[in-house]
Amino acid sequence: MAYQFDFSGIWEYRAELAAGVVHTLALTGVGTVFGLLVGVVGGAVRGWRVEPYNRLCGLYVELIRNTPFLVQLFFIFFGLPALGVHLNEWVAAALAMIINLGAYTTEIVRAGVQATPRGQMEAGLSLAMSRRQVFWHVVLPPALGRVWPALCSQIVIVMLGSSVCSQISAEELTFAASYIQSRNFRAFETYIVTAVLYLLLAIVLRHLLNRLGARLTNRDVAKP
Amino acid sequence: MIEFSIWTILQYLAQGLGWTLCLSLLAFVLGGAVGGGILLARIATYPLLRVFARGYIEFFQGTPLLMQLFMVFFGLSLLGRDVSPWVAAGFSLTLYSAAFLAEIWRGCVEAVDRGQWEAAASLAMSRWEQLRHVILPQALRHAVTPTVGFSVQIVKGTAVTSIIGMTELTKTGSILANATLQPFTIFGMVGLGYFLLCYPLSRLAHYLERKLNVLAAH
Repeated sequence: MAYQFDFSGIWEYRAELAAGVVHTLALTGVGTVFGLLVGVVGGAVRGWRVEPYNRLCGLYVELIRNTPFLVQLFFIFFGLPALGVHLNEWVAAALAMIINLGAYTTEIVRAGVQATPRGQMEAGLSLAMSRRQVFWHVVLPPALGRVWPALCSQIVIVMLGSSVCSQISAEELTFAASYIQSRNFRAFETYIVTAVLYLLLAIVLRHLLNRLGARLTNRDVAKP
Repeated sequence: MIEFSIWTILQYLAQGLGWTLCLSLLAFVLGGAVGGGILLARIATYPLLRVFARGYIEFFQGTPLLMQLFMVFFGLSLLGRDVSPWVAAGFSLTLYSAAFLAEIWRGCVEAVDRGQWEAAASLAMSRWEQLRHVILPQALRHAVTPTVGFSVQIVKGTAVTSIIGMTELTKTGSILANATLQPFTIFGMVGLGYFLLCYPLSRLAHYLERKLNVLAAH
């Protein structure tokens, strides 16, 4: 049985696809910024073993890294309302992404922080900098530079993972694809096009993050 | 609304956990087999094979697992037969795992010193003999830890198959949450179920990493 491919029915839904791309990128952007923030704080706590938060962070990291993102999403979107916390699909999706990325980046940043030579911290402290200043100005920038490739991979993984947010009807790219194929009955073609869009997004995102990373590390090197 | 006792719920969830485990094992074994093939293509001397393997890996690492699942699910049904969720889930998880495992193992092969290839070649070994007797045994040591680590990703990846109707742990949880109207408890237990599967694997990977590093340092 020969199947006739027909991509013509997709072009008329380009607006939906474009909106999906924008929403996926917006989710990824919010997730990345706040997820990295969580990761930096968590990485500091874990890297410097600040008790009792260190244990708490360890629990958080293990719980999130050993359960699927989809279940975390369902727990937040369907489970939390039982406690009286009602979130709309966008807030739930963004929150799930932040919590998920935060756990992974905590471990990544921790590795970067722990690789800092002791002498650098001692040098900072001997200049009468507070511990917080030492972390922020001395430890963190090279630590981030050290683990930047791992952070980039994780951000791309989270962007791709956001496709399951369609299951709580957040209207991102996968949701758009499902909507389109329910209209034009060309499921296979629609999903191929969407997959290619994701692939392009992943490639572009990785490229941009690499350039950003190069800029970050250069600046730190140039600093006296 | 039907009343469920906690035991009935646990029984259903245990069943779902069993299916998750089966699917993970299937994906790991088949994915490993296909991944081995992709690895051979990736490090082959024949350029076309390398290009194919690179494209394969790039595609499956650069698109969401859910998209791959949809494509397999709808693509296979174009061949004119009804696709059971089992076939679609098993098939796409296999392709997905194969891409990641091939890439992990490629790194391990490349971590073996180039001199080892040259030494083997100077002993008049064929390319296959060099790989089989010299390179792979050494690469295997590097490969154990990341491979165990990736098995955690496979277990978590199976959750996505609930979307095309696999009645594994997540799907069982969704059905129970709707039936009992206790999503908080149910999804909490579902998460715990995955944790019970994944945490030992994570610990094992961590343990192996330390142990093999210590061995390598000597």
